[in-house]
Amino acid sequence: MSNIGSYKERVKDFSWDMAREVLDWKEGELLNIGAMCSDRICSRGMGDKLALIWEGFGDRSGKYTFRDLKDYSNGFAMFLKEQGIEPGDRVCIFMDKIPALYFSFLGILKMGAIAQPLFSAFGDESLEVRLASAGTKAILTTGKHVRKVRKIQDRLPELERIIVVEGKRDRLREGEIFFDVEEGPRVESFDVFRSGPETPSVLHYTSGTTGQPKGALHVHDSVWGQALTTSWVLDLRDDDIYWCTADPGWVTGTSYGIIGPWSLGATQCVLDSGFTSNRWYQFMQDNGVTVWYSAPTAIRALMKDGEEVVRKYDLSSLRHLASVGEPLNPEAVIWSGEVFDGLRFHDTFWQTETGAMMISNYPGMEIKPGSMGRPFPGIEATVLDLATHEPIREPGKVGLIAFRPGWPSMFRQYWKKPEIYRSKFVGASDDAMPEDLRKDTGLWYVSGDRASIDADGYFWFVGRDDDVINTGGHLVGPFEIESALVEHEAIAEAAAVGKPDEVNMEVVKAFVTLKPGYEPSDELELDIMNFIRKRLSPLAMPQEIEYRDKLPKTRSGKIVRRYLKAIEWGEEVGDVSTLSDE
Amino acid sequence: MDEMKEIVLEYVVDEYLDEDEEEVTYDSPLISSGIVDSFSMVSLKRFLENKYKISLPDDEATPEAFDTVNSICRLVKKHLG
Repeated sequence: MSNIGSYKERVKDFSWDMAREVLDWKEGELLNIGAMCSDRICSRGMGDKLALIWEGFGDRSGKYTFRDLKDYSNGFAMFLKEQGIEPGDRVCIFMDKIPALYFSFLGILKMGAIAQPLFSAFGDESLEVRLASAGTKAILTTGKHVRKVRKIQDRLPELERIIVVEGKRDRLREGEIFFDVEEGPRVESFDVFRSGPETPSVLHYTSGTTGQPKGALHVHDSVWGQALTTSWVLDLRDDDIYWCTADPGWVTGTSYGIIGPWSLGATQCVLDSGFTSNRWYQFMQDNGVTVWYSAPTAIRALMKDGEEVVRKYDLSSLRHLASVGEPLNPEAVIWSGEVFDGLRFHDTFWQTETGAMMISNYPGMEIKPGSMGRPFPGIEATVLDLATHEPIREPGKVGLIAFRPGWPSMFRQYWKKPEIYRSKFVGASDDAMPEDLRKDTGLWYVSGDRASIDADGYFWFVGRDDDVINTGGHLVGPFEIESALVEHEAIAEAAAVGKPDEVNMEVVKAFVTLKPGYEPSDELELDIMNFIRKRLSPLAMPQEIEYRDKLPKTRSGKIVRRYLKAIEWGEEVGDVSTLSDE
Repeated sequence: MDEMKEIVLEYVVDEYLDEDEEEVTYDSPLISSGIVDSFSMVSLKRFLENKYKISLPDDEATPEAFDTVNSICRLVKKHLG
């Protein structure tokens, strides 16, 4: 029997109090995610239970109990307090998936600050934009990544502390602080910040179609959504060994790679190493992984390497598979059933802003391969007509995926961007405040994705409703890429769009015009690719560059991305009457 | 082959490593160590194709084939004929 039991029954009798029951939560207990994932588990007699099984590259590995989690997160909390960090300050975590990332995340929350995790592959420009936007006060990083911080620190007056948690102490520069939590004396108790449901917890940056990335702010109340979905969708139980392959630089890595599993007291493993099929299968075999939450891009890459590779390993411990990041194609669902002894990947849909799963395939419910599944109990989801924004009743008709506001893990605001937050709610008045919008059950929150709903209530993903590029399950904003492209000495104008890709769903393609004196060449293309890779990230790097004499523009001079994207996808280009003839 | 190894190694060091990182040899893992991620493999592949005027098929440009300078050079040599 799965944790959710009957999906239909749960929909019928649902209340968010069920999350409190799953966690055996008593009124009056402290609502602080950092403590709920460590101290609270210890106080329930599970201090000696394994919390984290970690493997890095080569021979590096470590095993940590919930008591270790408690003490090391206390260590970070105390250290940050001593450094002058105060509740509400933003503390960035910028490192690979090493144990210190997980300890520091909980430590930041325990002392009342806001954790701002950023993907360690970001280049200095991506990092700067996000730190400047958040007014980040401290950054925790490693010897490997601190160089990127050094390049930009002079332009970040609010960044007061650069803390290096791993690497060679003697390579630190003046003003940088070294802190290895595992070296110091254990901090067995810490006076945890008395957070409440609306106390900010995590700030994740996400890309939009225009402008720079926005910070989606979450609060400690999110834990109810994350814990209940982890229990019901991922079906985690006491004896499971769980593996979430996501990096905590992105929301999946915090909601389901930290908060969900650890609030439930589950054991999870983390692999901090580059991707190869053999390495992944070996890791699952060695650790007896039972529940595996991954991404379509990785699944398709595993498929590409074939069945023979899977057969070399004993993966009989696996009992439940789930996926997130982009739509999972039917072939991948069917393939997983064939090679993993009848286990099919259960696709889930949600986004940075929703904080937790919204539409999913549940254990025990029929999977329709290629479908996103059905709304989580308690979530009212629909698709809205593209023109009228009224809910569509007709099965199969495509509209905008939308949710009624009010679920606990919903983001509370875009950091210092109330107008953009307001624009995500259909029907909101011009002067509505974020705290009103998130409670107004007369509104619809619009996700930015398109889908249809079939007669059985299953959602079917169609695509983004905007120009944001979903590559390998990560959203990349075209504006950010274009802004960086025109900083290259050879480029006059640029447009970035997603082009179809077999493994990553989309990859970045750039269209550029060159400045006088520059000629298109293979060498220039490679130079531009590497320029973006280092400044922004490997995800944002165009995998193809097309040189053009001019780019399609409106008469007012705005580059028309949709025209270029339609060509890439082999779609109708639509109305071109507004394009300039210039 | 030795010259090719030197060229590829120099490119990897210049493009993917910072000056004071650990020394990389012809046998150092690049992909499985995380020095080169799967997205960055695309630019490394493009470099090899430009430099040696070859085309490396996607199904051969696997993380395993790109994992060391030695394995990369074996792949390039195969396509040089």
